[in-house]
Amino acid sequence: MIDANVQRARTKTLTINDQAFSARSDQTILQVARENNIDIPTLCAIEGLSDIGACRLCLVEIAGQRELKPACTTRIKDGMVVSTDTERLRKHRKTILSFLFAERNHICSVCVSNAHCELQKMGAKVGLTHVEVPYLYPKLQVDASHRRFINDPNRCILCLRCVRVCDEIEGAHILDVFARGLEARIIAEMGRPWGESENCTECGKCVQVCPTGALNEKGLSVAEQHKRRGFLPYLTTMKRGR
Amino acid sequence: MAKIRLATVWLDGCSGCHMSFLDMDERLIEIASKVEVVCSPYVDTKEFPENVDLAIVEGAVSSEEDLEKLLKIRKNSKMVLALGDCGVTGNVSAMRNLVGVEASLKCAYDELSDNNKGVRPSRETPKQLERVSAQHERVFIDCFLPGCPPPADAIYNILSSLIEGKEYDIFNHTRFGK
Ligand code: SF4
Ligand code: SF4
Ligand code: SF4
Ligand code: FES
Repeated sequence: MIDANVQRARTKTLTINDQAFSARSDQTILQVARENNIDIPTLCAIEGLSDIGACRLCLVEIAGQRELKPACTTRIKDGMVVSTDTERLRKHRKTILSFLFAERNHICSVCVSNAHCELQKMGAKVGLTHVEVPYLYPKLQVDASHRRFINDPNRCILCLRCVRVCDEIEGAHILDVFARGLEARIIAEMGRPWGESENCTECGKCVQVCPTGALNEKGLSVAEQHKRRGFLPYLTTMKRGR
Repeated sequence: MAKIRLATVWLDGCSGCHMSFLDMDERLIEIASKVEVVCSPYVDTKEFPENVDLAIVEGAVSSEEDLEKLLKIRKNSKMVLALGDCGVTGNVSAMRNLVGVEASLKCAYDELSDNNKGVRPSRETPKQLERVSAQHERVFIDCFLPGCPPPADAIYNILSSLIEGKEYDIFNHTRFGK
């Protein structure tokens, strides 16, 4: 099947890290970078779900623009000159990660996701040896009311992958964000205990896409908490084909 | 070459980081030929000495005594290395910050203790600070080695690199929570 978007798209040329590329006009900087094996650190972006630019980790520099732009939500433009790995960006990534760690209670050594956590891995990847801002230590209630799953806001980085997968792929829209800024929480069905949700299909997609230990499966040991994401690109393709 | 004056100190941690240090096994002999251990739980020194080249510090800052020790370590040492997640992030030691000092004392001495229930030691235990902090929140730290505990390989690599003045990459061997 021919995708209408593809038909309308033109070819544009741009430069990423001093290399010239041509790509479709409807692509984002992140898509073009990934297709060409240029690594840009990301946390909220995940293939198969909409891009929302929530975590700000994928910030890049664009020549002529003072502001940094998230690569996952910025469309390419003709003649755009992008840098993905500058001193300034490396510093910003460490600060952003510091904020993510400091805002909640990430005690990795006692976390169900220790050793297979995307936040933890990202820390090592960008060379974050220590958190550069004071920890906030908020007091957050764990919701273990669901028969199969646990929602531990202490580990949440508000990437909204769970909200998006539940809405966009499962079509149930059980999960939402409550409040704003530091107070923001992932809630189920307008703030009811997750276990009381009548419409949660228990498909577990939210758990599988969660990058940290925030959403996890009951009864599994740390070693067994590997997240399986293979289903996502497959289901997205199926949906588009419909 | 003059031997490096090395100190290792144990603040609020479980001593797991010091155990991991010992896990370097036979590599300890190589390290020992290059350093003089001037202060450590291993040698039972009571006072932190002057003119220390490298101080390796395990644990978070939880009590007034921890803080006093850390300030003195900083003053008397050319280089301070924070060893392990308790020192680097606060880690398990800092979980107290979620409930406060009083609630944690109540839990330890009034609710969970088997002997002398409800009796709080007044002399033997130092006064707890309101907030447990990572070491770098209190003093300048030169290098950080995360991990709970950092594996022996990580300790060996950073230590031998520091002794020889070489560059090191800790993330080949450890990360938060290792
Ligand atoms: S979710 Fe990841 S970063 Fe957070 S505590 Fe768990 S392992 Fe650490
Ligand atoms: S619960 Fe997990 S997937 Fe959902 S927003 Fe938090 S970190 Fe992201
Ligand atoms: S970091 Fe882990 S091993 Fe080291 S003192 Fe703290 S709890 Fe113990
Ligand atoms: S990956 Fe782009 S903002 Fe999160």
